[in-house]
Amino acid sequence: MNYEAVIGLEVHAELLTKTKIFCSCTTEFGGEPNTHVCPVCLGLPGTLPVLNKKVVEYAVKAGLALNCEISKFSKMDRKNYFYPDLPKAYQISQYDLPLCKNGYVEIETSDGVKKKIGLTRIHIEEDAGKLMHENIDGSLVDYNRTGVPLIEIVSEPDMRTPEEAYLYLTKLKSVLEYSEVSDCKMQEGSLRVDTNVSVRPVGSNEFGTKIELKNLNSFKAVQRALEYEIKRQIKLIENREKIVQETRRWNEQKGVTESMRSKEEAHDYRYFPEPDLVPIIVSDEWKEEIRKSLPEMPEYKKERFVSQYGIPEYDASVITSSKPLADFFEKCALEYSSAKIISNWIMGEMMRLLKETGKEIDEVPIKPHQMASLLNLIDNGTITGSIAKTVFEDMFMTGKNPEEIVEEKGLKQLSNEDELREIAIKVIKDNPKSVEDYKNGKDKAIGFLVGQMMKATKGKANPQLANKLLKEELSK
Amino acid sequence: MELHELKIHELHDLLKNKEVSAVDVTKAYLERIKEVEPQVDALISITEEYALKKAEEADKMIQDGNINDLTGIPVIIKDNMCTENIRTTCASKMLEDFVPPYNATVVENLSNLGAVMVGKANLDEFAMGSSTENSAFKTTKNPWDLSRVPGGSSGGSAASVAADECAFSLGSDTGGSIRQPASLCGVVGMKPTYGLVSRYGLVAFASSLDQIGPLTKDVTDCAIVLNAIAGHDPKDSTSVDKMRKKDYKEFLKDDIKGIRIGYSKEFFGEGLDDGVRESIESSLKIFESLGAEVKEISLPYLDYALAAYYIVSSAEASSNLARYDGIRYGHVATNYEDLIDMYMVSRSEGFGKEVKRRIMLGTYALSSGYYDAYYNKALKVRTLIKKDYEKAFEDVDVIVGPTSPTTAFKIGERVEDPLAMYLADVYTVPVNIAGLPGLSLPCGLSNDLPVGLQIVGRHFDEGVVLNAAYAFEKACNFNAKPSFKGGAR
Repeated sequence: MNYEAVIGLEVHAELLTKTKIFCSCTTEFGGEPNTHVCPVCLGLPGTLPVLNKKVVEYAVKAGLALNCEISKFSKMDRKNYFYPDLPKAYQISQYDLPLCKNGYVEIETSDGVKKKIGLTRIHIEEDAGKLMHENIDGSLVDYNRTGVPLIEIVSEPDMRTPEEAYLYLTKLKSVLEYSEVSDCKMQEGSLRVDTNVSVRPVGSNEFGTKIELKNLNSFKAVQRALEYEIKRQIKLIENREKIVQETRRWNEQKGVTESMRSKEEAHDYRYFPEPDLVPIIVSDEWKEEIRKSLPEMPEYKKERFVSQYGIPEYDASVITSSKPLADFFEKCALEYSSAKIISNWIMGEMMRLLKETGKEIDEVPIKPHQMASLLNLIDNGTITGSIAKTVFEDMFMTGKNPEEIVEEKGLKQLSNEDELREIAIKVIKDNPKSVEDYKNGKDKAIGFLVGQMMKATKGKANPQLANKLLKEELSK
Repeated sequence: MELHELKIHELHDLLKNKEVSAVDVTKAYLERIKEVEPQVDALISITEEYALKKAEEADKMIQDGNINDLTGIPVIIKDNMCTENIRTTCASKMLEDFVPPYNATVVENLSNLGAVMVGKANLDEFAMGSSTENSAFKTTKNPWDLSRVPGGSSGGSAASVAADECAFSLGSDTGGSIRQPASLCGVVGMKPTYGLVSRYGLVAFASSLDQIGPLTKDVTDCAIVLNAIAGHDPKDSTSVDKMRKKDYKEFLKDDIKGIRIGYSKEFFGEGLDDGVRESIESSLKIFESLGAEVKEISLPYLDYALAAYYIVSSAEASSNLARYDGIRYGHVATNYEDLIDMYMVSRSEGFGKEVKRRIMLGTYALSSGYYDAYYNKALKVRTLIKKDYEKAFEDVDVIVGPTSPTTAFKIGERVEDPLAMYLADVYTVPVNIAGLPGLSLPCGLSNDLPVGLQIVGRHFDEGVVLNAAYAFEKACNFNAKPSFKGGAR
């Protein structure tokens, strides 16, 4: 029998407001534990929350960017549970009347199929604090994060494969970044993903037993955890074993999902309307004002890049997947004439280094004008293309100007004919086999010899000149 | 007349004319407290040092010509309102050592005006109760008869005013906790419209019902204190912007000709003491004699008010009191096995019986499967009661009736019967459910104990309530003083 998965995602994103959702404490990440706190976010007796208007504005902005209906009337509710990271023993959230509902995200699978993933709702809520258990006797709590505003984005169970889930998340992240409502940094916890997955025979309309997956630290982890979990569930079904509704965690090291808690242990949150806050009213005027503040969204930017800069659609979609990346590209394009060369460098070296270092584009110190300088250095023959890669890596790490790096490390291209001719003669002498091949009509052999010259000059030889001199010497 | 017997406006005249200093006044009250407190037990903390410092500041204000109605006036604050660097216990073991680093907005307002806090009043633990017997620390006695309760939960606040330990006090009223003890102690007590006074710094019992208000010796003082505490507070988003800054003293006129006064036949049902009934009936006659139009109205859903109230208030209380887990402040258990056990033992030890009863009730009412049957139903009843009042207020300007069905009852009499205790609030609870302003003032004696008359107005119509109360007070001329007789049990 063939099976298909039914996948739904819950994404928590921290909003980029300067102050917390119910008080004026800073939302800045880090800081000594318990320094970004006040009586209100600590929930001390007698204190009251006052809703930060910016939070509503940002959440509406996210809702509009994600094609949602914005509720004219919504309210806050209390979600009650005991945990040491939750100072009031309830979280102020939204229950039956979320701020945004019925949106969608459009994804395009690797086969080029476009698909809309429905969004059930987006609601606002406060974050909890952070528990620290390491290297101490007992546990400590840092309340700096309590009261940081979050939006929870709940999708419809519209995804059928781990790939679709991955694409959905990537798209969602880029829209949130574009709207500038969240920085979406997973390593700082400003984007957190939980997923629900069940499995059913293809063609069935019924849902299988749902498993919730938690502890997913990256989009790749989401994809891998789903792949594992889907296989696990199919195996259980085929062995006629029962799937128990439960919450499972992803163990990254072992590459498996593990049971966390069963449905029987599920909480009764005893939601009820938050009596300390008045309802949230979003007028049409306010909504339109927020709509006007929305920047260009990725799909429009992508089309524009293709027509304005003449880069291929594939390049445009890669570059516009992240707003900082797209911004970087556009700024470079202002300083350097060939957009295609810029996109090659971004998709090649830049993406490679980002992946290797795990950095975000806005953490990279390279300025667009420095990038343009580097490309100019290649064009005017100061450095070779391969040396440029070394220079770029240095720029990526240090933020130094390319000219400075070239100077410091002596990387200028070697174009001195006498010097290069000497090397060419030596290379010919050292590689009689290749010389013979060349003379027997194997033109390719010249490439090897050029390579040897590059090796001898540590990549600095002007490749055209090296080629010319080799041919001259060989024809003697 | 002794200083401590004076009303706010009388003390103010003396201070203004520099016949006495604020320090003199404060010392006189601190003396009075030392004298009567052993009998009354109205206070959890006496803030002598703080008061003398504040009194000096007040004298400085007066010397600078900066005097207002409350400068140098001694006040006692119910101990569920946060006072910066002064412990705020809620009469609970849970918060026995809790010292807030901030002032409640009302406390801040009074402090800015130069009022002098001389102590913090006893209450039923977390303001849950109708007799002030549910305090973890002491039982306050009624100055009229020391073997009787002062009412609750602001029993300490009411008794302290009746016993002249202060010129006025602040209480909080969730289901009648200002008006009922005011009635039982023979003072004036007002619960303003929900949202008129900031709740910031009031340790929450039931957020959608709680409201802070004054307990005073007469209606004029009530208007003076209301002037000081009413107003929008950016720290409380349920405090309202509209109806800003009225001068409530302007409503203190003895002319009420043409005011339409309603009374409901539902007020005179079972459980009402004969003595109370007689006082209320003669009060209606006083209103008539003043030229008011007195007519009967109907509030049919009143019967369900108490049930709905105990669901909603307990539900909110169960949530509001969940934060007391012993982790960051408050009582923490010394012997426990794990985290959950630590929560359970700390809360078992820290909370009293009545508080636990309501937490249980509220948790149950909100739990899945019961929500619709209880909480949701209670919200519907709440809407019906609001509509009852709206309809009634089409025909009348204020509604009057008894504040409490009985006069002060004996200490211990109802302790074992919570339902009988809950009936003490039967006339006051519907007013909180509808968020309306209500005032209780003495209207006579029954068996030497004071009877309270309740006047309820439309939302933000405190002015009309004060007008009716002021005219009544003049005509009724209630001037009996507590006897301090009896002695506890």
